Amino acid sequence: MDSLLNSSRPPVFCPGCSHDKVVHALDQALTEMGFSGEDVVIVTDIGCSGLFDTFFHSHAFHGLHGRALTYATGIKMAQPDLKVIVTMGDGGLGIGGAHLLSTCRRNIDITLLVLNNFNYGMTGGQCSSTTPRDAVVGSGFLNRLEKPMDICQVAGAAGAPWVGRASTYDDALVAELKAAIAFEGFSLLDIWGLCPGRYTRKNKLNPKGIAADLALLPDVSGYRKRNERMEYGRAYRQEAAALEAPSEPVRIEAGCRAPQRGRQEVVVLGSAGQRIITAGELICLAGATAGCHATQKNDYPITVMRGHSVSEVILSENEIEYTGIENPSAVIALAPEGVGRRSRMFSALSPEALVIRAEGIELPPTAARVVAVDFKAKKIKSPDWALASLVVLAHENRVLTMDMLKGALGFRFKKEVLEMAKAVVDKISA
Amino acid sequence: MGLTLMEGNEAIGWGAMAAGCSFFAGYPITPATTIYNTMLRLLPPRGGVCLQGEDEIASIGFCLGASMAGMKAMTATSGPGISLYSEQISFAIGSEIPIVIVDVQRLGPSTGSATKGADGDIQFLQWGNSGGLPVIVLAPVDVKDCYTLTMEAFNLAERFRCPVFVAANKEISMTRETFDLDALDLPEVVERRRSDGRRPFLPFGAAEGRQVPDFLPIGGRTLVRQTSSTHGPDGYITTDPAEIAMMQDRLDAKLQSSVSGFTHYDEYVVPGADTLVVAYGVTARAARTAVRHAEKSGRKASLLVLKTLWPVPEQLIREKAEPYTRVVMPEMNLGQYVRELQRVLPGKGIDFLGRMNGELIKPGQIQEVIQHG
Ligand code: SF4
Repeated sequence: MDSLLNSSRPPVFCPGCSHDKVVHALDQALTEMGFSGEDVVIVTDIGCSGLFDTFFHSHAFHGLHGRALTYATGIKMAQPDLKVIVTMGDGGLGIGGAHLLSTCRRNIDITLLVLNNFNYGMTGGQCSSTTPRDAVVGSGFLNRLEKPMDICQVAGAAGAPWVGRASTYDDALVAELKAAIAFEGFSLLDIWGLCPGRYTRKNKLNPKGIAADLALLPDVSGYRKRNERMEYGRAYRQEAAALEAPSEPVRIEAGCRAPQRGRQEVVVLGSAGQRIITAGELICLAGATAGCHATQKNDYPITVMRGHSVSEVILSENEIEYTGIENPSAVIALAPEGVGRRSRMFSALSPEALVIRAEGIELPPTAARVVAVDFKAKKIKSPDWALASLVVLAHENRVLTMDMLKGALGFRFKKEVLEMAKAVVDKISA
Repeated sequence: MGLTLMEGNEAIGWGAMAAGCSFFAGYPITPATTIYNTMLRLLPPRGGVCLQGEDEIASIGFCLGASMAGMKAMTATSGPGISLYSEQISFAIGSEIPIVIVDVQRLGPSTGSATKGADGDIQFLQWGNSGGLPVIVLAPVDVKDCYTLTMEAFNLAERFRCPVFVAANKEISMTRETFDLDALDLPEVVERRRSDGRRPFLPFGAAEGRQVPDFLPIGGRTLVRQTSSTHGPDGYITTDPAEIAMMQDRLDAKLQSSVSGFTHYDEYVVPGADTLVVAYGVTARAARTAVRHAEKSGRKASLLVLKTLWPVPEQLIREKAEPYTRVVMPEMNLGQYVRELQRVLPGKGIDFLGRMNGELIKPGQIQEVIQHG
């Protein structure tokens, strides 16, 4: 096979830089595996290792610092047959730490080559997440305070099923690269090397020293078995294939007549668990059965099963412009939390407005007509009060009719839930 | 005519599907989360991809990779997420990556109020990235716009190879509303122009007389280079000032010179009015009511609703404002887009009404400014 190296752009690194060797080893691995440039995308990070893509005659994607794995993930999901190889330095690894952990957990078929030379070469030799504490680097004393991390142990703990370490100067480098590239899933090769431009000016390190340091590190081959599982893209497509296609949005044809013309504003005030939002939706759907336009705005805290729940609905035969509540024609008050949330509204209600109040709920003074309903006496439980209130509203021939409400229930609920809703309607109507 | 009940975010999702969206990635954030929920429901069963990134930076990064590999991609977030997208947005601008970015605005600054609306990001969307080049921002007024403008956003992203923002607002996105889905006036779906292979492929080489380079996907039979570095037409780093200037000028001109072709707006012209209300987003709805009420009073006003906010449709604004002695602009912020009006309409009296309290601007408040200034 032909080399994948870009003949018009030979590698340019500082003399003696180990990146140069890795470029050639990667080319050898790819050609020996039978890949041509169209089969491969090289995604590079920022820094000296970020030059890799320009030296190869392949697809190339050079992006922002630390984010190479994010692009690689998008590309791989879009082009499952493409070989995706990412190169980054120990700098990119540190700044993109969250992406590293997530890519390990995902196990997407990407090969990450970390060109680890223990410092930020391009910006002047500052410390990185792998700089030894006793090294002399461009960050003054700061690296003495931070513990360097073992990339492979971190990646293995995060779920990477293929992690390995190699020295740039090891004869086995090409074989390791080939094994990493051949693996179907996320593979990470931590390649230790020398940065003569910056790091080895002040720190004694040579190929022998690298080999000796590597030999001291714990074995990581166990992660392969421990983290073995199906590749992310393959698993994704398998899961997706089993999903049912979503149904098209429902269209509601007008068959009923609304009891009033003009803008009708309804405010439902309750607490979490009272199905206030569902009641608001039912009013909207009921409106649609009469050809009315509807808007619904809800207000509830981030907590679930606690606190206020408020729904504001507007119905009108014309398109609704302003969606705020200005002059409600009906207010449904079912819990002190909701009433408290809109307490200032009550004094402004007009005498024509109707308030449906659950027995026992205190209201601020209001000019509106108040109808108290004893839901408990009718053996209706609190989560059904909102629905029952809509029946009361329909009996008052206000905003909606029973036909409209029944139509809405048919659109909103199916089978047993619909039967339960109808039972509530019967109870309150009795 | 049948009515469909949907919240704005759901309509954005359905609009994206209608435009051919095949890739979505996002990180949950109120009030944008239901876009992600919708895409997760709609995309995977139809062979598309929906991912949840580990953060916002990853989410948009997935999209940029997928887009360069040929998919139509969208992401959605709110103000705090746009901040995190910033560097990726400049990448998409400078390296001509089509992407639709939905910003469901919430009340800021910072974490602010997750469930309160605002239009506080309107300048930020244009200027919140490095380099100072133009972007496209479309602002929906209602659920119908959420559907159709999202389609337009995809079409523009494909046509101009650039990020296109949908500047929604919690008050539209999380409000449920009825609309007649089958009566929508939908645009035709546009696909990015692919290289025909007759010339050697240059990933950033715009053909003679064109301002946008032809596209080929990463992973195809022709090698494609993408880079965030300052590049020449071949996608390799360039240091040649003439080549750099040419590229920057082209990125600027491709949007600035075409904005009249994608200036979306509505207008309500009231005969005898001396005032023009200019509004966008959810505030345009209150403005419509205010203008209707004002029509019955002494001082009448017309209304111009801008739906293309960036690049600023200067020609349209000048033309439409010309007959009026006075302009009124209400905004759910402390004065952002009004700066553009002041710039485009020097010498015109402009009254501003700004609110930043988490509540909608009321029709009565706008009417008050129309009547009394
Ligand atoms: S600075 Fe270091 S890593 Fe960068 S090219 Fe020079 S030797 Fe290599």
